[in-house]
Amino acid sequence: MLAWTIYIPLSAGLALLLARPRSAIVARWIALLSAAATLGLALASVLQFHGSSERLVTIAKLPWIPALGIQYFLAADGISITLVLLTAIAAVVGILFSWNVSHRPAEFFALYLILIGGVFGVFLSFDVFLLFAFYELAIIPKYFLVAIWGSTRREYGAMKLVIYSFLGSALVLVGMVAVYAVLPSPTFDMTAWSQAVFPRSFQLWVFPFIFVGFGVLAGMWPFHSWAPTGHVAAPTAASMLLAGVVMKLGAYGALRVGMALFPEGARFWAPWIGWLAVIGIVYGALVALVQKDFKFVIGYSSVSHMGFVLLGLASLNLIGLSGAVLQMFSHGIIAGLLFGVVGRMVYERAHTRDLDTLETMGLAKSIPSAAGIFGLAIFASMGMPGFSGFVAEMQVLVGAWHSSPTFALLAGFGILAGVAYSLRALQKSFMGSPARASRRERRLAGGGAGKMDPISVPEGLGGLLLLACTLIVGLYPASLLNLIVPALESPFFEGLLRPLIK
Amino acid sequence: MTSVEYLKWLEFVLPETILAAAALAVLFIDRLALRDQSPNVRNLLGSMFGIFACLFSIFWMSQSTVRGVLGPGIVHLTSVTILAKQLIVILAIGALALACESKFTPHLGEFLSLLLLSTTGLMFLVSAENLLMIFLCLELATLPLYILACFDKTDKRAAESALKYFLFGSLAAAFTVYGMSMLYGYAGTLVLSDVALKLRSVAPEPMLLVGVTMTLAGFAFKIAAAPFHLWAPDVYQTAPLSAAAMIAAGSKLGSFVVLTQFTAVALAPHSGKASWEAWFPGSTPVLAILAGSSMIIGNLVALRQTSVRRLLAYSAVAHAGYMVVVLAGNPAGAMAPVLFYAFTYGLTIIGAFAVVSVVQNQNGSSDDAMGAFDGLSGRSPTLALCLLIFLLSLAGIPPLAGFFGKFYVFGEALRSKPALDLLWLVVLAIGMSAVSLYYYLLVLKHVYVFSAGADTPRLHIPIILRCTILLLAAAVLVLGIAPGLVLNQIPGGH
Repeated sequence: MLAWTIYIPLSAGLALLLARPRSAIVARWIALLSAAATLGLALASVLQFHGSSERLVTIAKLPWIPALGIQYFLAADGISITLVLLTAIAAVVGILFSWNVSHRPAEFFALYLILIGGVFGVFLSFDVFLLFAFYELAIIPKYFLVAIWGSTRREYGAMKLVIYSFLGSALVLVGMVAVYAVLPSPTFDMTAWSQAVFPRSFQLWVFPFIFVGFGVLAGMWPFHSWAPTGHVAAPTAASMLLAGVVMKLGAYGALRVGMALFPEGARFWAPWIGWLAVIGIVYGALVALVQKDFKFVIGYSSVSHMGFVLLGLASLNLIGLSGAVLQMFSHGIIAGLLFGVVGRMVYERAHTRDLDTLETMGLAKSIPSAAGIFGLAIFASMGMPGFSGFVAEMQVLVGAWHSSPTFALLAGFGILAGVAYSLRALQKSFMGSPARASRRERRLAGGGAGKMDPISVPEGLGGLLLLACTLIVGLYPASLLNLIVPALESPFFEGLLRPLIK
Repeated sequence: MTSVEYLKWLEFVLPETILAAAALAVLFIDRLALRDQSPNVRNLLGSMFGIFACLFSIFWMSQSTVRGVLGPGIVHLTSVTILAKQLIVILAIGALALACESKFTPHLGEFLSLLLLSTTGLMFLVSAENLLMIFLCLELATLPLYILACFDKTDKRAAESALKYFLFGSLAAAFTVYGMSMLYGYAGTLVLSDVALKLRSVAPEPMLLVGVTMTLAGFAFKIAAAPFHLWAPDVYQTAPLSAAAMIAAGSKLGSFVVLTQFTAVALAPHSGKASWEAWFPGSTPVLAILAGSSMIIGNLVALRQTSVRRLLAYSAVAHAGYMVVVLAGNPAGAMAPVLFYAFTYGLTIIGAFAVVSVVQNQNGSSDDAMGAFDGLSGRSPTLALCLLIFLLSLAGIPPLAGFFGKFYVFGEALRSKPALDLLWLVVLAIGMSAVSLYYYLLVLKHVYVFSAGADTPRLHIPIILRCTILLLAAAVLVLGIAPGLVLNQIPGGH
């Protein structure tokens, strides 16, 4: 049943691409309905999973290219389900936030749906070749989404984004063909790979290729620089997807393919990954602190928050890993919300993202509901208790403390810097007062407060949906941890966690 | 020798004979029967005749049960060589279909005849296991291509590039035949497998290595591998559409198949080694250098091109490099990946050339600068989508055929014994193919992101050309999703 989350968006996307309805209404309703269908499917399977004791559900297993041992193997465990749910939520909200796209709407929603379909495919593939195929399938729509519908330096941002992703996947490909070459009878079945014990020396050099390759897309420092430029250049829905979901593709691949299948390599390289993660956390937060462009603040905050995911992965213990997966979900929701507010609610009304200019506008008065949503979102992003970010980052920190207290302390400093840039952004963007601005600045701001459209229904709905998600997970984390932890305790991750659980 | 024997020989070479007869027939029909018809009708009937001959030949090959060797390795029919012949003829059909609508010459009969003759040469080439036969077939396949490249007599640039092609080509032929003569001097035989047997007892002396290198250099010219690629950009840019398609697709496939045979069989005793730690002279280091330089030069120079045809030419150099990777890494297992890659690459490049030529004809000025593609997605959405499919397949994006081809080639290159011998080369290849996405996206940026000027009309595409392009795009997609369609035909390719 879950496989339809792949087929529905892909076929709807292809249909839109070929039929090209002129009317934007048709395009956006088709997009919304197919995304809503995937959300329904995802929710249904979450409920189904909570009740069952099965840890790995096979959805489809057919020979695809038997000569090379390649299968069409779709399956899901708790981690996949969590991320499928995230993708479905982000997809629906992204469409709600792009309700006003009127330039080439059919193509916009077609590419959007193809991207989503590819993402679902990655999360559900249990054949490495299939996973890789979906992973690369998701690259190309990103380019056109950013280059055609984007804003600041969109062609540059789009190209940079795509080349980084493609170089990352090239590294993964090296690892994949190397494994293919050393296996006596070729197979790409992940469950078989997790059983086959590769020699330690082999793992030591293959692991960095695969981990760094996926890590590029997860925004791992120093390969993160595509993320801020790409997010800023992208149209709102695309930056919500990029930060919310596509970066998780990288982290998911690093965990599922890199660490689970090459545990010896993971153990050897974990301290290095930890350092890169911590540098990413602190660096992203500090750079976010001095940005002038509102969207760049959120862009760099993504780098910082994804650092927590990587730090959780590097901790190599159960609590750290489950925290990392929870952080993937949490950051997906929160980053989507922040980008939605900045890109859609603020930018399309104020027509600027410059924080100094925004300060003179007093947005809290003209669009109070946006201010409310952003306020809650930024608190969630800071990691306030009650929101999902708190639970996730707490788990990551505990996990990191177990493996190395230094990392936990440095990451704690990153959280402090995170509070600083979040409050600064909130202060400057919404809490400025128009009275304090000089007349010239007010003229520059183009008329100032009072004339902005109120927040529309789709925007409000999308915002509330995301806020609800982060609150539900924050108040009742077991809703997702009951999926994630059994998956991590399953035989698939045994090689990675066994010596440490004891 | 009795007449029965002649009949048996004819059975071996009947598919080639069909095409050779068709080549002559097309010439006579065009000269005698269609003399008074309008050029359009002559073009159409001539190409259709050629296509039917090709289809008949394919059909015959699929039905024929003749297998075995004729003479001392003159024609060796196995299921692999028959498949290779069929694939070559399919690519030739693509080139013929593009000729239907061409208007550049009143002498289409000659044009088609030469195209069919070149195809005949390529068909003989893939089943040849005799040094002399290989050389003769190479010449038979290439000489018509020199003429085809400059068939548009009104185009000065075409004359220049064809002359370049001819001069390089004849020099390369001299290299090949000289190298082969050295191999013959050591082995005392022309048959590939016997050459290998004899060479086994010969030490890797400098003279032998010179022979190996020279032969490979001659082949490198045929497949446009750097540094023997200098003719390619000019010819690709100026040759008539179907000639360019033939040179880039069919001729490449044939040359690659015979190069694979030659490396895997004749040079096996002196393959040498080119791994990271150790280099021993032989065919592997030569091929590794060819592959590396083709991938680097092809991809990096393509980055700077503004003419789309030249860009495709440099990317062709790079693609030749990817295929040579598997020849260097694992010649014994190279046939299946090389066949798959060269065939899907051929389909893709024919399609890409066809789209480019539609855009060129529309402008009237034969301008293939990237600017001419601005807003193509608005002017003809279908054509734009097909170009997207072709270029992304060249870049190696799933689920298109180019992706699986690359994966198969690189994977098989590492499955040598010992495994991972040429890892550095594969890493280079994968890195370079990441670079290539940049220039393919540059073209697609013009197609999809930029909008055309206000006065640009919608594109008019002749119906046969449109069908050909759609079929090719569909084939690239289908072969990417179900590569088994070709792979299952190759025995021993796993």
